[in-house]
Amino acid sequence: MTETTTRQDWQSNQEVRWCPGCGDYTILASVQNFMADLGVARENTVFVSGIGCSSRFPYYMNTYGMHSIHGRAPAIASGLAVARPDLSVWVVTGDGDALSIGGNHLIHAMRRNVNIKVLLFNNQIYGLTKGQYSPTSEKGKRTKSSPMGSVDTPFNPVSLALGAEASFVARTIDMDRDHTVAMLEAASQHQGSAFIEIYQNCNVFNDKAFEALTGKEERSENRINLEHGKPVTFGPNDEHGVMIFDGTPHIVEVAEVGLASLHVHDAHAESPAAAFALSRLAHGPFGPTPIGVFRDVPRSTYEADLDRQILDAQTSRGPGNLQDLVTSSGSWVVE
Amino acid sequence: MQLAGARFTEASAIFGNDLSTFPSYPAEIRAPADTLGGVSTFQVHIADRDILTPGDHPDVLVAMNPAALKANLADLQPAGTLVVNTDAFTERRWTKAGYTANPLEDGTLDAFTVLPVPMEELTKKAVEETGLKGRGVLRSKNFLALGVLAWMYGRPVEPTIKWIESKFGSTPEVLAANTNAFKAGYNLGITTEVFRHTYEVKPAKMEPGTYANVTGNQAVAWGIIAAGQAAKLPVFYASYPITPASDILHELARRRNFGVRTFQAEDEIGAAGAALGAAFGGHLAVTGTSGPGLALKSETISLALMTELPMLIVDVQRGGPSTGLPTKTEQSDLLMALYGRHGESPLPVVAVGSPSDAFETTIEAVRIALKYMTPVILLSDGYIANGAEPWRLPDLEALPDISVPFQTELNSPDRYLPYLRDPATLSRPWAIPGTAGLQHRIGGLEKVDGTGAVGYDGPNHELMTDYRERKIAGIADDIPDIEVDGEEGATVLVLGWGSTSSAIHAAVRMVRHQGAKVARAHLRHLNPFPRNLGEVLGSYQKVLVPELNRGQLWRLLRAEYLLDCTRFSKVQGEPFKTGEIRDKILELIEA
Ligand code: SF4
Repeated sequence: MTETTTRQDWQSNQEVRWCPGCGDYTILASVQNFMADLGVARENTVFVSGIGCSSRFPYYMNTYGMHSIHGRAPAIASGLAVARPDLSVWVVTGDGDALSIGGNHLIHAMRRNVNIKVLLFNNQIYGLTKGQYSPTSEKGKRTKSSPMGSVDTPFNPVSLALGAEASFVARTIDMDRDHTVAMLEAASQHQGSAFIEIYQNCNVFNDKAFEALTGKEERSENRINLEHGKPVTFGPNDEHGVMIFDGTPHIVEVAEVGLASLHVHDAHAESPAAAFALSRLAHGPFGPTPIGVFRDVPRSTYEADLDRQILDAQTSRGPGNLQDLVTSSGSWVVE
Repeated sequence: MQLAGARFTEASAIFGNDLSTFPSYPAEIRAPADTLGGVSTFQVHIADRDILTPGDHPDVLVAMNPAALKANLADLQPAGTLVVNTDAFTERRWTKAGYTANPLEDGTLDAFTVLPVPMEELTKKAVEETGLKGRGVLRSKNFLALGVLAWMYGRPVEPTIKWIESKFGSTPEVLAANTNAFKAGYNLGITTEVFRHTYEVKPAKMEPGTYANVTGNQAVAWGIIAAGQAAKLPVFYASYPITPASDILHELARRRNFGVRTFQAEDEIGAAGAALGAAFGGHLAVTGTSGPGLALKSETISLALMTELPMLIVDVQRGGPSTGLPTKTEQSDLLMALYGRHGESPLPVVAVGSPSDAFETTIEAVRIALKYMTPVILLSDGYIANGAEPWRLPDLEALPDISVPFQTELNSPDRYLPYLRDPATLSRPWAIPGTAGLQHRIGGLEKVDGTGAVGYDGPNHELMTDYRERKIAGIADDIPDIEVDGEEGATVLVLGWGSTSSAIHAAVRMVRHQGAKVARAHLRHLNPFPRNLGEVLGSYQKVLVPELNRGQLWRLLRAEYLLDCTRFSKVQGEPFKTGEIRDKILELIEA
């Protein structure tokens, strides 16, 4: 069903309660705009979240929604999507929610390729519990729970998703609304699990964590826009580039190596190896960091495979009959 | 051994005997051979009358090796019959089993009738021409033993041979070996003088009807499918493999033609979550597990309780805590089912009483979940799960309609109120995604009465807590009173729940047979209790509560009714013996 909607139609009547200036506002606006442009029906859209600042998201969408349990949103959304393939199911989660307490559900949802779209708001900190280091905080980060600096090595969410057999992996930045919408668009086109890491500024507990990619000065030096079919270049005048050799990405000067030597990004490559190599360019957004679609490959979805089995079984054995079922391992009559 | 036992059971069921089984096996898949811990046992009780338990003391014991003999001899009926695989009684093996001399020779078995059978030698001979070689040969010896038993008990041969064909048809040598071994065992009985007495167990006189032999897990799985039909909802079963509940997943996974969706989740929490997601989507959502898994699911069950979505959680209990006795039975999750969650979180608890009761009880649990929009815990246990008995099939055309209509329209003039309750049941409406105009958000934060918006307000929290409590308590008006199988003048009531029902029933029969008076009752609903329970309990001088735990129902009854019942506890990983309960009843009557 398509109907023409505006951003307002996608807003619920709940007052939005993030801290003023939080990156979540920008993402919410991008998603609402995108949904209105997409032309899908609100009643066929479901947002499922876990716990954390970002997980308040479903309350603000005029769709069906569930604000669930810390870390469990991918599992709940998987059940919903498998039961109801007719729905468009979105998961909103954060770095603590998805990668710490819910890591297991996230990776298994990815590998199954259930048709859910996962938006991971990565602010590299625990916001709702007031500022502990998270599984994406950089090593050495000083927080209330790591006063002498964190001794944890962080996850690289894109590498993790690629390792978890995700068929769609992308990264974007809260501030860049056009780019965010483009990633949402690509994810919604994709059949199966889609994973989008969104760098999100928590201005209260981890302000300017993404300055290298959003700051006026640094931005053009550090943002590597991945575009399918194009050589990977960046810099104010595209003077830098990326080569991959020995499975490792290397930053080079285009003038020195020539455009033809650069890695040409192939988001549809069957092997995730090159996408993985690109994800290793930056382990945190502190220097040149790729954004865009890392990987987008077709693979049958879990629910389609399951429904096919149901159809096959019904075709070959006929629809189930209770009487036959309960006598399937033999029965006898007592007169 | 389990396979041979199950086959003997099937043959007896088809023959028309009443029966009851008690399979017992080690927690390890290939447990160390010849040790007591590695013994796999299958006890079956067959009769020409209705029976209730697998029996306390078998008449015949087939011991395949010294360890099996040692582990089970104490249970054998005095002067019972022993079929012994003599080839296994080498010094090395009887030493490993803990004997200091060969029990076949030192007088240990003098009180029994011993039928020595060199099973390995005979099996080798029978299998010779099939071409089967190596270690596989001796695997067929269980079929030789099965053949011997078939002869002793006059079981028809053909159905078992057919069954061997269907089971092993894909590997011709194994098929031939097992068939030959089975026939060799049977013929051994016919041709040798060794087997002096055979047992003739005639078909039992049972209530007229069509019967099928079921295990508890099978019947729960079928109950879930039937409940889906009775509720007009597609079935979604999410589970993580765990003993002894996995067979429910296996059975349902085979039933895709019923439209059943099974989801083998990444862990117990994922299974509960997936089920809850499916419930939100309007499916009959079920997750199955055992104790450790129930512990992991508790946070999700609390969310189901807060969001007031219907969901069935099956807990096939086993010995605990922790990994405990994973293949042995126990009833020790009752208090966890009732109280094992954070916050004030009441939910209905229903318990299966036997394999033949499981189908109907499962449907009852689903009925409550849907009507009251609540998670429901259905308790079974390892003994029910794996044990088999004949089940008189209900009229499947006449299953109750337990469907609950989805909300499809606004329930107030201008907006949808997800927490507007039905005044009678206090249940909230179920509007599923895809329903235009009823978009709403639910979640774990406390809800404002009616609107379902997030509410941090204290008095509202108390109001909602009270609603949730009264909703569950009110179910007492919607379940039958507890029935007493009593006798005029009885002063002792035996109250059971779950799998103790059969042993209690059999014990009560024995007591009455001895001329004493006793009453008995069985609880299917553990939360809420039937309305008349307090009154019933109060009308007896003494109430005996046998449980395979340390007195969990006993504790509940004392708390609820300020009543001093007598606890009778057993936690040995096996069911009560009838005699144990009988003796306890007699002790109470006489005291
Ligand atoms: S704590 Fe940080 S992430 Fe949370 S709402 Fe405030 S600014 Fe946003």
